[in-house]
Amino acid sequence: MNHTPAYLIFFAALFTNNILLSNFLGMCHWLACTRNMLSATGLGMAMTIVTGLTTILNYLIYYYVLIPLHLEYLMFLMFIAVIAAFVQLAEMVVERFNAKLYYSLGIFLPLMVVNCTIMGAALFMVVRHYSFMQTVGWGFGAGGGWMLSAVLMAALRKKAGYSNPPKAFAGAGLVMIIAGFMAMAFMGFAGMVAIE
Amino acid sequence: MTHCGACDGKGKKTFKDGVLDNNPIFAQVLGICSALAVTSKLETSLVMGIGYVFVLSLSTLVVSMLRHTIPHRIRIITQVLVVCVFVIILDQLLKAFYWEASRQLGPYVGLIITNTLTLGRTEGFSIQNKPILSLVDGVGNGLGYALVLAVIGTVRELFGTGKILGHLILPATIYTPNQMMVLAPGAFFGLGILIALLNLTVLKPQGKKK
Repeated sequence: MNHTPAYLIFFAALFTNNILLSNFLGMCHWLACTRNMLSATGLGMAMTIVTGLTTILNYLIYYYVLIPLHLEYLMFLMFIAVIAAFVQLAEMVVERFNAKLYYSLGIFLPLMVVNCTIMGAALFMVVRHYSFMQTVGWGFGAGGGWMLSAVLMAALRKKAGYSNPPKAFAGAGLVMIIAGFMAMAFMGFAGMVAIE
Repeated sequence: MTHCGACDGKGKKTFKDGVLDNNPIFAQVLGICSALAVTSKLETSLVMGIGYVFVLSLSTLVVSMLRHTIPHRIRIITQVLVVCVFVIILDQLLKAFYWEASRQLGPYVGLIITNTLTLGRTEGFSIQNKPILSLVDGVGNGLGYALVLAVIGTVRELFGTGKILGHLILPATIYTPNQMMVLAPGAFFGLGILIALLNLTVLKPQGKKK
C-alpha cells in the first residue's frame, strides 16, 4: 500500500494522471458531448458526483462484503450493478429538480452506465490498493479530471469550428489531434506529483 | 456463411459490414477507450482483440436469444449484465492461463463491460435480429475491432521502441525510437492520423460527417 496523502491523489487525478488524457477512459462520451459547452459542463458535473460517490460505495462493497466472503471474482458484476443503480437515481434526481438540464443531456445521462470513467475509477481503486481516504480523493479527482478535460475540449472545439481543416481531418481526426496536444500539455505537469 | 438459412442470406453482408464498411472504430467511432489504452504494444493489442471477439460474439448471441424475454424498460442493464458474465469468464481464463498478459492489461479487461461498442451491437443489432445473424454480426464487429487494435499496436510499438512483438526491426542506427508514441499523446496522434488516412483512401468522404 502506498501512503500518498488523499489531497495529492486528488490533484494528481486532476492534472498529471488525468483519467481521460492518460488512461483514455470515457472517450466515447467525451467525443460526443464536447460539441457544445452546456452539455460538456452539465455532464461533467454529473460525472464528478457519480464517479466520486460510486467509487466510495464500491470501495465499501469490495472491502467489507466481497473480500470477507471470498467473492472477488464477482467484482465486475457488483460494480456495474452499483453504478447502474446510482445512475438511475441520479437521472431521477436531475429530472425532478432541473428539467432543463435533463432534456439538454438527453441520452447521455442513462448512457453514463457504460461510461468507462466510472467503472475504470472503481477498478483502478482496487488495482492500486487505495485506502478509504485515498479512494475519496481518487474518485472525485477522476470525475473532476474528466470534467476539466471535457470543458477545455468543448472550448477548443468551438474555436476549431471556425477554422478550415483539411477535408480528411474534419470530424474525429481533428479532435484526436487536438486531444494529443492536450495530453502533451498535461504531461508537462508530470514532475509535480505522480501516482503509479 | 452465405448459404446458412438462419441468416436469410444476409450473413455475408453483415460480416463484411462489421469488419470493413462499418468498422467499429473508424466508421462508428465506438470503443475508443480500449483501442488507445492497450495498444502501446502489439502483444497486448492481440490478446485484447482476441478476448474482445470472444466476449462480443457470445454476448450478441445470448442477447439475441433472450430478445423476446427481456422487458423493454430494463433492457440496457440486462445487456450489460450478460456482457459482464462473459467478461468475468474471460478475466478468469486470462488469469489462469496468461497471467503475464492479464497483469499488463490490468483493469482494461474489466472495462470491456463498459466498452460502448459492445452495447452498441447488442442494443443496435442483436435485440432485433435472429441469434445466428447476431452471432455473425458480433464476430464481424469483433474482428474489425481486433484488426484496428493490431494495426495501431504495430505502428505504436514500431515507432515507439523500434521493435515488433519484442523483436528488433529498426536498429537505433537507422531510426531513433520516439518514446512519445508509446505514451498517451502518441496514441491520440496515431489514431487521428489513421482516421484521416482512411478518410482519404478507403472510406468514402461522407461530407456531412461531424
